[in-house]
Amino acid sequence: MTIFSSQLFMSAIIFGTVILYGALGEILAEKSGNLNLGVPGIMYLGAIAGLAGAFFYEMSTPDPNGFLCLVISLVCSFAASCLGGLLYSFLTITLRVNQNVTGLTLTIFGGGIANFFGGALNTLAGGVGQISVASTSAVYRASLPFANDLGSFGKVIFGHGFLVYVALVLAVCMAWFLNRTRTGLNLRAVGENPATADAAGINVTRYKYVATCLGAGISGLGGLYYTMDYVKGTWASDGTIESLGWLAVALVIFATWKPINVIWGAYLFGYLRWLYNYIEGLGRSSQEIFKMIPYIVTIVVLILVSIRKKRENQPPASLGLSYFREER
Amino acid sequence: MATEYAVELRGVTKTFGPVVANDRVDLQIHRGEILSLLGENGSGKTTLMNMLSGIYYPDAGEILVNGKAVTIHSPKDAFDLGIGMIHQHFKLVDVLTATENIVLGLKEPGRLDLKAAARRIREICDKYGFAVDPEKKIYDMSVSEKQTVEIVKVLYRGANILILDEPTAVLTPQETARLFAVLRNMKADGKSIVIITHKLHEVMEISDRVAVLRKGAYVGDVATCDTDPQKLTDMMVGHAVTLNIDRPEPKERTKRLEVRGLTVRNQYGVKALDDVTFDVYGGEILGIAGISGCGQKELLESIAGLQRIETGSIRYFPADDGGQTEKELVGMSPLAIKKAGVALSFVPEDRLGMGLVGSMGMTDNMMLRSYRKGLPIFTNRRDPKKLAEQVREQLEVVTPGVNTPVRRLSGGNVQKVLVGREIAAAPKVLMTAYAVRGLDINTSYTIYNLLTAQKIEGVAVVYVGEDLDVLLELCDRILVLCSGKVNGILDGRTTTKEEVGLRMTNLQEKEGAAQ
Repeated sequence: MTIFSSQLFMSAIIFGTVILYGALGEILAEKSGNLNLGVPGIMYLGAIAGLAGAFFYEMSTPDPNGFLCLVISLVCSFAASCLGGLLYSFLTITLRVNQNVTGLTLTIFGGGIANFFGGALNTLAGGVGQISVASTSAVYRASLPFANDLGSFGKVIFGHGFLVYVALVLAVCMAWFLNRTRTGLNLRAVGENPATADAAGINVTRYKYVATCLGAGISGLGGLYYTMDYVKGTWASDGTIESLGWLAVALVIFATWKPINVIWGAYLFGYLRWLYNYIEGLGRSSQEIFKMIPYIVTIVVLILVSIRKKRENQPPASLGLSYFREER
Repeated sequence: MATEYAVELRGVTKTFGPVVANDRVDLQIHRGEILSLLGENGSGKTTLMNMLSGIYYPDAGEILVNGKAVTIHSPKDAFDLGIGMIHQHFKLVDVLTATENIVLGLKEPGRLDLKAAARRIREICDKYGFAVDPEKKIYDMSVSEKQTVEIVKVLYRGANILILDEPTAVLTPQETARLFAVLRNMKADGKSIVIITHKLHEVMEISDRVAVLRKGAYVGDVATCDTDPQKLTDMMVGHAVTLNIDRPEPKERTKRLEVRGLTVRNQYGVKALDDVTFDVYGGEILGIAGISGCGQKELLESIAGLQRIETGSIRYFPADDGGQTEKELVGMSPLAIKKAGVALSFVPEDRLGMGLVGSMGMTDNMMLRSYRKGLPIFTNRRDPKKLAEQVREQLEVVTPGVNTPVRRLSGGNVQKVLVGREIAAAPKVLMTAYAVRGLDINTSYTIYNLLTAQKIEGVAVVYVGEDLDVLLELCDRILVLCSGKVNGILDGRTTTKEEVGLRMTNLQEKEGAAQ
């Protein structure tokens, strides 16, 4: 039990992956100028939809096909999260409702609906805490067969379910998309200065909708990963997803809106989150202080970024503002 | 032959509510010429050109490009026709580089190749003599560099017709000279260039032809070599129109403000006001004339305590006791100026931005002036409500109720609320900036009469206006600002429109800040 134990690194990566998805989706939305504070709610939606899809499929057949388990839960999760993003988009982009209010409402809404259906699924499954989608969860948790033979280091790197690696690929792709493609450039312009983007012939509304909905879909995968891997295909209405969602929002700020920074930031947050278990002699209260570290680090980063005033590290300039063409 | 023109406008009309911005304008732009579009503030120059660049859509009339009738619905349509406009407020994304800004929104085939784009930008720069670094971020650039990026952006998209909206307003003389050199290079390359301006010496220097607009209507065009600043001024201001505004002789003029050597710098470090000296008297209306951006805003804001003043003094005489209780306003905050008993009422240019809170009703807006009165914790809503009802009745404000958010009222009614509130504060000095901008004729007259009534009661009224006819009929004295300097203070009853117009556009060094 040391602070360099491979077990700690394993936990850090698993924890980090949940918020990595949440933060990547949020970056995509925020780059379009939409400050979606509904990430926790969207992760809830992704979690419960994926779980429900897998549950009903596993109920319907005595011998669930692993691939179908995977596809059904993935599609359900992504679609439900996108719908959450669509609701947010419709309210903030088309109706121009205040983004903060909409986001917070979406968080409450997502949590409520997920816990309602979580309870309902548990009842269907036979009682509190009875729901389990073992076959689907097994697919998500399957690691490379040789991972266990690679020693503790190899296990830390290769011993995870496929969503861990998808998240990494996604982060790299998103960095490339934002910085190297025409569409990415246009998206950044929309988030920075929608009036300029509009004058340049970019369809601001479409960019905002697509970025926010896809971003929500990606964030929702964090919820799916949480239910399938982190809690191994069960449902617990203990509010963990919500706290993870907020951590994802904090991570976006910590990473100064850069997907590559999100990767190491997510794992660092995961490491700090579990560190208290690996330090001898911590009392209950000191443990709680340790759990605060990711938030404290985020505040420190915010302070440093605002002191340094480097323009590249600032949030998109029109983040949180609705765009209305006639208001010139 | 129709195709000898690059662009032809036929009978183009555009209205905004009750205001006619352009009235049946016919204008031709030739190939390979620099055309100056000249006119006073609010004469519809920018609106007209915005219809070419796709920002506005004309209500009537037709636009021909290269002899073919076209419809321009968006900036993109304009680009496709080879028309590019460089606005006064640059449309650039700060955190992106020059290259990224230039290729923004383009639907070129293939992958985004910023290096190739940068090469093309350098070619364009070399061809016309621009100096801009394609890799540089916009936020690191000077105003002149940003303007260059805007021009290159338009050229990169293959524009043959460039419209520049007051391009020299933000430039130093050296930068202006450089811009003009580039424009001449572009002209030599066969491009048509339209410059929107009201600086006569620039018109004479750069353009081949001058087209003049006055109050939205097309006055005519003239070859630059056949004209001189005097003739152009006459075309621009036109003949005096009689408005029949009631103007009683001032009685019992008492000095209220004494402004001496006032100098203020704007955010770019340029002198917005330069050694401004004048007096304001109770019982008269002092008009302030000048081309927009010549220091009117800074002048009023200095007196109201909203500007940082470099040098100079503003003395205020609250009582008629021969200067016993005079106060120095420079260095006092707006609140301190108010607390010291200085009665300044300020109707700012931006009514809903600085004057009123749009989402609050009339009552609450009245309270913004009085919330410090009464008991320390609780606000008094009864008096403001009474005042709101009174203003609504006396000034005939059209509103569903005194609690309807003022944002929902029309521009004229918003202005009435604001002026009504300021007058209700019983000021000794009442300052208004563009008080009738965007208002219809009847409301404008209501405002003129209100100001005159204040004058009769002995208030010192400062009226910053755009319309010279109004200034000439409403004001007792007219102070003309030119590039932040006082370019003469004229008697409103004897001066002529031509005189004021010429002083607005030509700084007369000899007279300088003469009283």
